[in-house]
Amino acid sequence: MAVLIYTENWEGKFKKLSFELVAYGAKIADMMNTSATVLSIGNVDEDELKQLGNFGASRILSVNNTALAVMDPQAYTKVIADVAQKEDAKVIVIANNNAGKALAPRLSVRLKAGVGACVSKLPVKLEPFTVFKKVYSGNAFANVVIKSEIKILTLAQNSFEFEETENTAVIENADVEVDRSLVQTEVKDVQKQTGELLLTDAEIVVSGGRGMKSPDNWGPIEELARLLGAATACSRPVSDEGWRPHHEHTGQTGKIIAPNLYFAVGISGAIQHLAGISSTKCIVAINTDKDAPIFEVATYGIVGDAMKVLPKLIDAVKAKK
Amino acid sequence: MKILVCISNVPDTTTKVKFVENNTKFDTNGVQWVINPWDELSLTRALELKEGSGGIITSVTVAHVGEQSSEPTIRKALAIGADDAIRVNVESKDAYMVATQLADAIKDEVFDIIMCGIESSDYNGSTVGSMLAELLGIPSVSAVSSLDIEAGNLLITREIDGGKEVVTVPPPFVTVVQKGIAIEPRIASMRGIMMARSKPLKVVEPSAAEALTEIESFEMPLPRTACKFIDAEEAEKLIDLLQGEAKVL
Repeated sequence: MAVLIYTENWEGKFKKLSFELVAYGAKIADMMNTSATVLSIGNVDEDELKQLGNFGASRILSVNNTALAVMDPQAYTKVIADVAQKEDAKVIVIANNNAGKALAPRLSVRLKAGVGACVSKLPVKLEPFTVFKKVYSGNAFANVVIKSEIKILTLAQNSFEFEETENTAVIENADVEVDRSLVQTEVKDVQKQTGELLLTDAEIVVSGGRGMKSPDNWGPIEELARLLGAATACSRPVSDEGWRPHHEHTGQTGKIIAPNLYFAVGISGAIQHLAGISSTKCIVAINTDKDAPIFEVATYGIVGDAMKVLPKLIDAVKAKK
Repeated sequence: MKILVCISNVPDTTTKVKFVENNTKFDTNGVQWVINPWDELSLTRALELKEGSGGIITSVTVAHVGEQSSEPTIRKALAIGADDAIRVNVESKDAYMVATQLADAIKDEVFDIIMCGIESSDYNGSTVGSMLAELLGIPSVSAVSSLDIEAGNLLITREIDGGKEVVTVPPPFVTVVQKGIAIEPRIASMRGIMMARSKPLKVVEPSAAEALTEIESFEMPLPRTACKFIDAEEAEKLIDLLQGEAKVL
């Protein structure tokens, strides 16, 4: 019996999300008096794999096969399912990101395992196996019982606090067959954003709305973000108008994020926008309208003109450095 | 080629969410039901593809798992422009059960492209589409932000962390669609509403598929503590509070 954690890698490197998944899976393994095993698929060197041991995993299995160079959901599912069966995994932990959402449901069918989707906390209890998840786009939560023998949990990014532990993990090559005939995804073109902090990875986000009045006014938002090591985001009308790129759109129909700190500048706080930031730990609202709904969910609020308030914040941050 | 669009029936986004029966059931009292926003965009794209395909795509069918009470939502999809509809006559229990019912209901028909929205706005599971693909044993592409036909080929754009990839998979396949697939959902015209009444809506009795999960109870979010206001003239004080009090800087 074991808890199996699957983590992807980004050009051979892991990131905070991977460590968060491992720590979360290891904690569940503790609750179940068993051990945590990590599965990595792709070309990752030994030093990088070893890092995963710093977060509570006892074994790290690596599958490195050229047939898996492209993330094909069918081929990847088969590999993860085979390893899960070999390891007698009772709980499988996967990220609730693009890749995780492509794999967890297929794995669920293959292993007849119920999915606790987008969980942000440890299971509420083991008997019956109950998880706590967001429903109604953040307007409520549900306690969901997973009735199958094997359970799959997809963990919301940046939702689980963790620390490093002592590393006693062993690294092994996983002995699985890769079925090349399953790989049907053919990549014709790749476009990458380079050098930018990914919105979904960011712990601090500075976001602007229609209240910024013009795309020419984004200078102070970008400067504050740069000083704080934050990512920039925007509301839907701003991306629809083409003031900012679509990948910055945060909200129900855009990116759903859970940073520690979110600056909502000139954003009124429509319900669809709030659905994208409902798991944020601390929201700062800056708006000229004191009755804007964003102030109902904000921890700190400033009623005022962003073009006057932001320079003061920028100066204050500079003074602290 | 035929397209199938799977639709879910969800409360309107502005619904005040409440629960009854000791927080075990969603309070449907006074709720307006709509096509799940993602599914509506996916239907819009399916119709655009059909119209622009020069005859390559011959029909757009919608499929739904739910009881008779959800028929107004299905009729709305027909009014927007779907050619026909399938309803599996059973209350949906969980994603696995819904996906299995869909797979069983369509197993004798061939749909070349199956489109599902990334998530329903009520359960937020993001699972039905890819489950359906695995049940049918066909490829799936997730996080799809565009689907185009170019020189007879179906080109699919999927979002990856920090970028996008244009991919192809051989049909039949499932696409799980998200932001970008269509800009604005199409609205039914008066003529569309009239025509929808006579379009075929096939009701299929459910298979024995069961759920793997069950909602035990609902909880409301904890009330947020009141917002602490800082005078705009002394905005710099915010930075001290974020460091010392909230400890997020």
